[in-house]
Amino acid sequence: MNFLLPNLVPAYPEIFLLIMVCVALLAELLVGDKLPYISYLLSQIALFGCAFITFFTFSPEVVYTFSGMFVDDTLADILKMIVYITVSIFLVYSHKYVAMRDMFSGEFFSLVLFATLGMMVMISANHFLTLYLGLELLSLSLYAMVALRRDSVVATEAAMKFFILGALASGFLLYGMSLVYGATGGALDITRVAEMIQGGVDNPKVLVVGLVFIIAGISFKLSVAPFHMWVPDVYHGAPTAVVLFIGSAPKIAAFGFIMRLLVEGMGGMAADWQEMLIIIAVLSMLVGNFAAIAQTNIKRMLAYSTISHMGFMLLGIISADSNGYSSAMFYMIVYVVITLGTFGMIMLLSRKEYEVEKIDDFKGLNKRSPWYAFITLLFMLSLAGIPPTVGFYAKLSVLQAVMGVGYIWLAIIAVLFSLVGAFYYLRIVKLMYFDEPESDAAIAPAGDVGLLISTNGMAVLILGIFPQTLMTLCFYALH
Amino acid sequence: MNFLEIIFYFFSAILVLSALGVITSRNPVHAALLLVLAFFTAAGLWLLLGAEFLAITLVLVYVGAVMVLFLFVVMMLDINLDRLREGYWKWFPFGGLLAVVMAAEVVMVLINKNFSIDQMPAPPPHASDYSNTKELGMLLYTEYVYAFELAAVILLVAMVAAIALTLRTRSKVKFLDPSKQVIVKKKDRVRLVSMPSEKKE
Repeated sequence: MNFLLPNLVPAYPEIFLLIMVCVALLAELLVGDKLPYISYLLSQIALFGCAFITFFTFSPEVVYTFSGMFVDDTLADILKMIVYITVSIFLVYSHKYVAMRDMFSGEFFSLVLFATLGMMVMISANHFLTLYLGLELLSLSLYAMVALRRDSVVATEAAMKFFILGALASGFLLYGMSLVYGATGGALDITRVAEMIQGGVDNPKVLVVGLVFIIAGISFKLSVAPFHMWVPDVYHGAPTAVVLFIGSAPKIAAFGFIMRLLVEGMGGMAADWQEMLIIIAVLSMLVGNFAAIAQTNIKRMLAYSTISHMGFMLLGIISADSNGYSSAMFYMIVYVVITLGTFGMIMLLSRKEYEVEKIDDFKGLNKRSPWYAFITLLFMLSLAGIPPTVGFYAKLSVLQAVMGVGYIWLAIIAVLFSLVGAFYYLRIVKLMYFDEPESDAAIAPAGDVGLLISTNGMAVLILGIFPQTLMTLCFYALH
Repeated sequence: MNFLEIIFYFFSAILVLSALGVITSRNPVHAALLLVLAFFTAAGLWLLLGAEFLAITLVLVYVGAVMVLFLFVVMMLDINLDRLREGYWKWFPFGGLLAVVMAAEVVMVLINKNFSIDQMPAPPPHASDYSNTKELGMLLYTEYVYAFELAAVILLVAMVAAIALTLRTRSKVKFLDPSKQVIVKKKDRVRLVSMPSEKKE
């Protein structure tokens, strides 16, 4: 049997990150007592190094390696760069919060890096096995992170729910993949699956049954209705820093996952999955927007908001053309930028002895700190999709894409549900500007956090005025 | 019915019955032991398929290691079965109805001819010198090396997570570090104080 050593160059970022995780683990063990910040610094260095490698090994051509299990194309490189930036911003926002709650340990940072590795594997997977393994690497790290505060009863409960339901979803996904494997005559390679489906298989019904299970598994991981039950509980129970992590970077990876599995692998069955996704998208927007109105806990409210936004993003995928995919990618990136800012703000307002959880905690923020109230205003307007923030363009491009393929009724439903959603985002704005503050504790974030969150808020505004650069990037990634 | 089929149905019947026993048995120790039996018969089925490496691994890892640990845990924990069974009959009609509906749906899909047995023909038999272990090894370390390494990383995550979730240093333990006791120096413990000697009255 001939065996050629695989071409390792496309996988350099993954290899580097894995080495850095091991270095961070050992460094924490050896010098962690003297230098408590060593893991944090090494994590940032690892992410920066990965970004460096990805940037300088960038090439527009598509490279396959590891016997076709790994693919390095423009989409992979761009999504990976966004993941590095997101995780890095997350680390800056959360390190103070984590330190105040005795979670500042080497394990926290190594789990973050392991999860990042899982996302990278998912983004450049070209094989059912690597897709699944990347997803499990990400999910297992997330379960552990949610449970990291073992003394907190709500966190433990959230971790249990997350773990059991997540394992069930993985089971669904695997079952679906195994049916597709059977129906395509033993193809696991995504390129080959696509070829087999294009060529027509003997038993298409088996393929559709497999697709149902795959969609169920993906919906679970993407947190869309009717597979959304875990989201509010996990957002409520988990430490805010971990919620920020769950709500940001993994969404980018989930987009990559959908692109690889549904679009590249099963693009020949687009007519089938379009119908399934339409039901899921409409349900998500319905459940997410209406349930969020009743929430008094800001983390639960944002959980339902996630569900509705993911439903909205699916509209882009439903369009099933390159215009739709790039608008869905744009929507996803914008959503992640806003989520980073919103949860960053919640952590900024939290103090050592006080956890910001109720929406009433935002009362009178304008009197306490006009600048941070303004930044929060930008995030809320953007979530609601009101110009001149970037959230407006994200919604507009997705709606354009879905109308371009003739689903006018779907676009109308989406706009109506967004209108419902605007209510609870604007309620926060009303609380901030027109109500009296309940506490007068000073808001004094650390220099790096304050600067970054201001930049984040400005980014929402500037991207809203000049959305063209990001649009072009998304368009370029998918061509 | 040839000899192979007789063996297959024999093992399958034991497997299904013992699996049923696992979920219906009132005694957790019995349930664990029945699970061992289920693993054993499943290993037998794999042997019939010519996958001897997987069969042996199943027995060694699951029966030899995992289930023994499981039994230890079951014996150590005092599980109150009455509390677990509370409300079982109250919810039985609802759960049973759901189960019937789901089973009917699955059957409706599976009676389709696409899922029939002639769609999945038996694989051709192997030559007598065919080694399943060797083939697996060849594939695992060449074509599937990326997936293999990823699985290793997942195990590393499991270790890190398990330690992060369970290890905690308690402050009130009166544990003495022997190495610290040994390396202690005279000057760490003894302090010579020069004092003026007292005069005799």
